Formats: sequence, structure tokens, C-alpha cells
Amino acid sequence: MNDQGRPTRPNENDDTVGTPVRPTFTGNRALQLEEPLIFEIGRPEACGVDIEPVANAKPRLGNHARSTPIDLPGLSEPEAVRHYVRLSQKNYAIDMGLYPLGSCTMKHNPRINETMARLPGFADIHPLQPQSTVQGALRLIEELAGWLTTITGMASIAMSPKAGAHGELCGMMAIKAALAARGEARSFVLVPESAHGTNPATAALLGYNVLEVPARDDGTVDPASVQGLIDAHPGEVAAIMLTNPNTCGLFEPDVVKIADAIHAAGGYFYCDGANLNAIMGKARPGDLGVDAMHINLHKTFSTPHGGGGPGAGPVVLSQALAPFAPLPFVTKADGRYRLVESKDDDSSADAFGRLTAFHGQMGMFVRALAWMLSHGADGMRQVSEDAVLNANYIRAGLSDLMSLPFPDHPSMHEVLFDDTFLRDTDVTTLDFAKAMIDEGYHPMTMYFPLVVHGALLIEPTESESRASLDLFIATLRDLVFAAKDGAAERFTQAPRFAPRKRLDETGAARKPILKWTPPPPFEAAAE
Amino acid sequence: MRYLPHTDQDRADMLATIGVGAIDDLFSGVPADKLLGDKLDLPDHQSEMAVARHLSALAGDNRAAGAGPFFVGAGAYRHHVPASVDHIIQRSEFLTSYTPYQPEITQGTLQSLFEFQTQVANLTAMDVANASMYDGSTGTAEAVLMAHRLTKCKKAVISGGLHPQYRGVVETLSGMSGGVVAALPPDPAGTEAIIDAIDDETSCVVVQSPTVYGQLIDLEPIAEKAHAHGALLVAVFTEVISLGMLEPPGAKGADIVVGEGQSIGNPLTFGGPYVGLFATRQKYLRQMPGRVCGETVDAAGDRGFVLTLSTREQHIRRDKATSNICTNSGLCCLAFTIHMTLLGEAGLRKLAEANHARACQLADALGAVPGVEVINETFFNEFTLRLPKPAKDAVRALAERDVLAGVPASRLEPGHADLDNLLIVAATETVTDADIAAYADALMEVV
Repeated sequence: MNDQGRPTRPNENDDTVGTPVRPTFTGNRALQLEEPLIFEIGRPEACGVDIEPVANAKPRLGNHARSTPIDLPGLSEPEAVRHYVRLSQKNYAIDMGLYPLGSCTMKHNPRINETMARLPGFADIHPLQPQSTVQGALRLIEELAGWLTTITGMASIAMSPKAGAHGELCGMMAIKAALAARGEARSFVLVPESAHGTNPATAALLGYNVLEVPARDDGTVDPASVQGLIDAHPGEVAAIMLTNPNTCGLFEPDVVKIADAIHAAGGYFYCDGANLNAIMGKARPGDLGVDAMHINLHKTFSTPHGGGGPGAGPVVLSQALAPFAPLPFVTKADGRYRLVESKDDDSSADAFGRLTAFHGQMGMFVRALAWMLSHGADGMRQVSEDAVLNANYIRAGLSDLMSLPFPDHPSMHEVLFDDTFLRDTDVTTLDFAKAMIDEGYHPMTMYFPLVVHGALLIEPTESESRASLDLFIATLRDLVFAAKDGAAERFTQAPRFAPRKRLDETGAARKPILKWTPPPPFEAAAE
Repeated sequence: MRYLPHTDQDRADMLATIGVGAIDDLFSGVPADKLLGDKLDLPDHQSEMAVARHLSALAGDNRAAGAGPFFVGAGAYRHHVPASVDHIIQRSEFLTSYTPYQPEITQGTLQSLFEFQTQVANLTAMDVANASMYDGSTGTAEAVLMAHRLTKCKKAVISGGLHPQYRGVVETLSGMSGGVVAALPPDPAGTEAIIDAIDDETSCVVVQSPTVYGQLIDLEPIAEKAHAHGALLVAVFTEVISLGMLEPPGAKGADIVVGEGQSIGNPLTFGGPYVGLFATRQKYLRQMPGRVCGETVDAAGDRGFVLTLSTREQHIRRDKATSNICTNSGLCCLAFTIHMTLLGEAGLRKLAEANHARACQLADALGAVPGVEVINETFFNEFTLRLPKPAKDAVRALAERDVLAGVPASRLEPGHADLDNLLIVAATETVTDADIAAYADALMEVV
């Protein structure tokens, strides 16, 4: 949020600021083009699609026919293409430059994946057409499932969750179902304070009370704290939700002890798999005692983020949780693949239910499998090594200037700084991030994790070349020097060169305008 | 390895800069006995050509909808998507951008979300819409949880016309979070007396129109009864194009409208990714799940857009959030918005009319087959046939004749003998006269 006292609205008492200075007639600045909303340029009768009319002698709508207009503007194809291309040019993207959002794994999106997902044999098949006509699709799901369970060393997998948080829900539901099958209804879930917000939200959604596990001074979880919470609530702890590598970019050194402790207490170990990119081919969650872990195909396996989705969040499960996996799932017998869709099937007796209509994010499955086939066992291991190498290279290039809260362990695939290095400047973490925008970079993840003050979490991924990293490091070094030199306007006014300056987020939340409404007639506006 | 920029020399130099001797020194946090010595038991990397060969073979083992007569619906529909839609959504700036958390450099995504929200609100005749859900089914389950929060009641009454897999999602999510689901039996005829099931314990009534069997439902009396008991009406649709011709749920008293938006802009893709549409009344805004985009101004006074009301969301509120949802269906909702913009009001109406007309033609043609009955009084682009034999067998026999004939009701609702002969059939603007003739001829042979 822009809530740190920097201007986000024009100052009404200052004429020079209050009236936006328009250096051009159009408001455009060369390739930066202003673009109205479709509601301001479209017309209800304009249309960019020619629809073949079909005669209808006997409509069957009964008394349900629409009697009111919808109020939807249309555009011809050239107008629509221009509108959305202009909008696209206001976006930053991984294809344009380094996108160091920690915990988001913004890596290159190979275009072969897009081409494959659009083959008619994948894009133009219906989830409910006869199974005999989609054997290739079911085989693809099986192959992808095999890759994912092998990479993670887990017994089983649920493919249908639609995104990471949906996968968390799936894993925690499997845990709840497994406890119920033992006749137990436990009430607590342990969540480290460094966890993603989705973890406590998921636990709470399922009716669990969240117990926060504090971080040690070195940024990792102390098994003694976990044991303490278990002992304080004997027989009542259902699970721990632990991210590993954690959100401080550190591998939890005591993860096996933590897993043993929760298992000894009859609970389960849910692992947030957001950071799988650090350990592919290097370590397997199945060897660490994990019972359930979601895999963000849109992070690790490069299905594109698409401006916020769609994602895909398959969940790998241990032997203990495998029987409780949700519907549907694919089985194979006599060389034919079969989709088990309902509970009346013997093999699904313990399934906890259904998480979504149909079978999961097939379009993402195709892309993820294309990525895995392209990389192979050797390439995936190299991916994790390069991702970790790149994060540590950035760390080495900046740790003399920026403050490392946890210097004792090497970073994994992301490096966490705090704002101590900005302490005697007028520059905040937010200002620093916004100044990066003017330098042509998307900022890193800010103010997360919550365990350090003014967090800056940088994840470069394996996609960056050494030259790219060198320029990034040099840029950040220059910004740190500028901040320490008191060049405050480079930060407090930032971004100065983006399509928009800082936006009034507080005002947006206080009086939400969530849809376009026609402006009042001129007379009314003049009153 | 074509996607990895470093040479071995780069790696060696970088390790030297970091000050370690070997890459595994950076993995020292991993317990030594857990660090894998061997490569994973998976094939090594492959060329782009080899990857394409493998996946094309898998794709080739599926019967694409467009390869012949095709009438499958029940929650996912085959429509023509203009070529420009897919070209625009594949622009790097849309395809490879993250969630717009830095609004100064993501106005493209944000403005298109604002356009999307307005389109959805106008289509449904509701006050506000969010920036999309995963799909219609998960959106329906979220709507039920939202109703539980708003009414402080825990019982959802579910119509027998709701898509059974949607009902399954509601039962799972609501059941696992302490809710009660009162589901009415399957209602192919659209004649259930759902208002009798509403009582003071009811948080919401969930009604789909057109139903999964294609019937159009009068929502108004259901809304009245629900409101009289302090409950909400959750109106569901799976075919958004129907709103081009049908009265919108918002005009019939719905409190939450949720539906599947796949039909506009998005291919079938075996069930996902799709785009859930979610709209509600202004007064319920702060209990609405999912991301929303709002209009504001920047420091220069220019209009701009931001993600807003994030105090409802998990990354701020953690265990007090309205939902655990983080990701939306970004690119699918962009495709929806572009396609809807290309259609406009006039185009959407024409498209809806073409769909309805094709379905009417198909119903007339199939209903004329001896022994086959169309059970619907009303429908939009989908209806249900009663066959003289199990629909499952007919679908199999028709598939052998290269007609993908629809969805047997028993596939969605196993264990109901009275549904065994029912077949749910859809027709969209993509269906031709020849397709309809082929279906009728083949059905004649099969039944």
C-alpha cells in the first residue's frame, strides 16, 4: 500500500502540482499511449464478430426472455486489437526484464508450451466426452503425475486443485479426512510466522485454530518450539504447515526433526511447495517426512502467470494420506486409462469429495509436461542449482551495502534483506522498490515475510544470465548509494517515468469504485 | 539446455565470486543424508522437436470436438472464439506478467480487470463483480461460504437442477468448514418445490438456471421466500451466453450471482483453466471473496486502477480472511473481456439467438426420432432427451459412429436408476445443419 505519506493525489493547494502538466496535446508520451475504457469508446451496436444468423421458428424461452438492455459496448476488430495492445504496453513482464518477486518464481515461459497447449487434441476436447475418445489426455495426466511424484519422492498425487491455495485446501482436507477416519477431530494447526498468508487462511477455512510458531534468530523454525506447542495441546494438533525452503530463502535445517515430532504426536506435515524451484533433483520432500505438498505449476514449471492466473496446484501425498485424495483421478488397467469420477467406485471409498467440476487445469498440465520433458532430470537439477547460484550471486554482490537479517546460512533460491541499511535515510522499503521501477525493474517482494522489518525478498530464478544479474546488482548498488547520499526525491517521487505515478490506494479502498458508470449529464455535473 | 543462460565457465566464476568451491556448498542447509547423490529416475532433457513429437502424439489420441458432430455440454461449451482473442492474450506483456501488485507498471492488466468487472456486473444486473474465481464450481462453493458469513446461518439448500459436480464442490467445501448442505433430489423436469425447503436455519438457496438439464427456472418466487427467511439467493449459470437472451438473475432478486465464463473467450481444454464469474450486491461487498480492482487517481491526478479492498484477503488478514484464494483466472478473464468487447451488446444477443436457434432445431430433429422424447418445457442451448435405452450405451454407440452425442445424466448422478435413460444434449453456433442431420440419423440407428 502507498500509505507512507508520499503523495498519491495532487496537492490541492499547490497549483503547479494540482494541475497535471500536459507536455503533449494527447497526453501521450511517444510510445506511452493513454487509453480510455471500452465503455468510453465502444457502442452497443458496434461488433467485431460476424455471426451467422440461424432461423428459429419456435423459440423455447417461455417467459424468461430478456426485456432489459445489458449495457455492453462493442468494438470492431481493429479497434479492439488497438485497445488491448495499448493496454498491454502498460504492463511489465518477465519477457521484458528481470522480475525478482520473491516466492513467485518468475521464470522464462517457453513458447513451445503455448503451442502444445493449443493443439486441438488438447484445447478442443470436452471434459465429459466419452473416455474412449480422450485416452491421450488421460495418459498425459498420468505421465505428469509420474514426473511430479518422482521429483518429490511422494506416493501419490491429487491433480485437480486449480491453484496453490486450492492445493493447500486439498492437502489440509486430506489431513482432516484422515483424522476423521481415525475418529479424531483435532483443533489446532501450527503455522510459522514466516508463512504465506494462504496457510493460516486455509487452516482457518477448515475450522482449525492457528497457532503461530515463532522464528529463531536465524530465520528458521526451532523444533523445540514445535514440540512445546504440541505438548501444550496434547492430542489436539492436526498438522504443521511449513514452507521449505522457507520464505526467508533458507532450507529448514531441522525439518526432519519437526516432521518426526508432528508424526509422533499423530499429526501430519503439510509442506507449502511454493519454493520447490530450489530443490528439484537435489532433495525430495518425501525423504523429509512430508505428508502433503502442493506444487505451483505456474511457478516451478513455468506455466505463465498471465497477470494473476490461471494457476494449477496439484498436491502430492504420502502413503498415509493417499486413500483420501479427492475425486476425480485417473487409473490404468489393461492398457486403457480410466477416470474415476464418483464415490460409487470401490477404489474411491475414502476420497474426501470433490474440489472442482471436471478434472483440473489441463491447459496447465500440457505446458508443465512440455517444460519437464524439455528440461529432463539433468536439466531440472541444473535449474535448481542455477536458481540457487543466482540468488547467492546477488547476495554476494549486495551484502556489503544492504542488510542481511540471516547471514548464518547460505540462501537457497531467494535472498532476503531487511531495511536496516535504509535506517538513517528518508527512504523506505516501498520508496526503494518504486525507484527500481524508474530503473526498468519490477520490484522484489516487499514487507514479506513478516519476520523481518521492511523485508525485501529477491528471487532471480535460473532464467537470468550473469550479465543480467551484474546489471541488476550494479543498479541496486547505485540506488543504495543514492539513498545514503540523501538523494531523496529519486525515491519519494518515484516512480517518475512509469505510465502512472503512485496511486491513491487508500482512497480506492475507502470509497470503492469497482465498475464503470456513465458520467452524469453535463447540467448535473455543473451544479 | 536451451533455457539456461550460464556456461560452465560462468558458473565457476560466479561460485568464485560468492566464495565457495562447489555448488553443493550452497546446499549446506539440506541435511547431508537427504541430499540426492543420483539423478532422478527420469529421462534427460529433450529438444523442442522431440517434445513436440511426444505431445503431438498424445494430442492425436484424442477426438477433438471440431473433428466431427459434437453436442457435449453440461457445464462446458464449444464456441467459436475470434482469432484475435488468442493473439492478444499471448502478448508477452499480458502472458508473462504477475499479479498486478505494482499498479504503476501493471495498468494494462488492471484496466482490463476493471472492464471485466463492469461487463460481469452489467451482464448479471448486479452492483459489483470481482476479478474472477477459478471456475464456476469453486465460485459456487465460495458463494455458499459468503452466505454463511453474511447470515450467520450454516445451511445451504441446493436445487436438484444444480450441476451435480458443482454440488459436490459445495458439499466438500461447506462440509469441511462446518456447514450443512440440504440437497434436493435430481430434478430433470425443473418442477421441484424448493421454496418448501427454505426455513429460518437456511443461509442460502442455490439455484441454477438454465439447470444442468437445460430447464429455465423462475427465480423470483424463490428469492422472495428466501428473503422472507433472512436467507440469500445464490443464482448459478454454466452458460454465460444465455444472459444475452434471458432475464438476468439480478433482475429476479438474486443476492449473489455466480457462473462459468468459459464460453466467452476460452476453449474447452478438457475442463480447465476456466473463469468463474462472481457478482453481488453493493451491501455485501466486504464479504465478497477474491481479488477486486478499483478506480483511483495517481499523484499527478490521472485516472488509474489498483487492486483494492485487500483487507478482506489472505495476504493481509491471514486466518481472518474471507477466503484463502490468492490466484484468480487472470488470462482467462482477459480472454473473456476481449471476446465480450468484440461481441458487444448486439453481437452477444445475435450469438445467443444463434445458439438458441440451433438447439431448437436439434430438439425438433431428435424429438422426431421414434422412442425419443425431449423432456424440457423450456431451454436455451441445452436440453435433455429421454431415450428408450440407457443413455450411456447410446452415447457409446453414437461415439462409434463419430457423433459425440452429449452427457448421460448417470455420468453426473450415478446411482439414480430413474436417470439412466436421460441424455443431456447441447447445441451451439458451431453446429451445422449437416451435424444435426448426422446426429438424428445415427440416433435412429442406435435406439
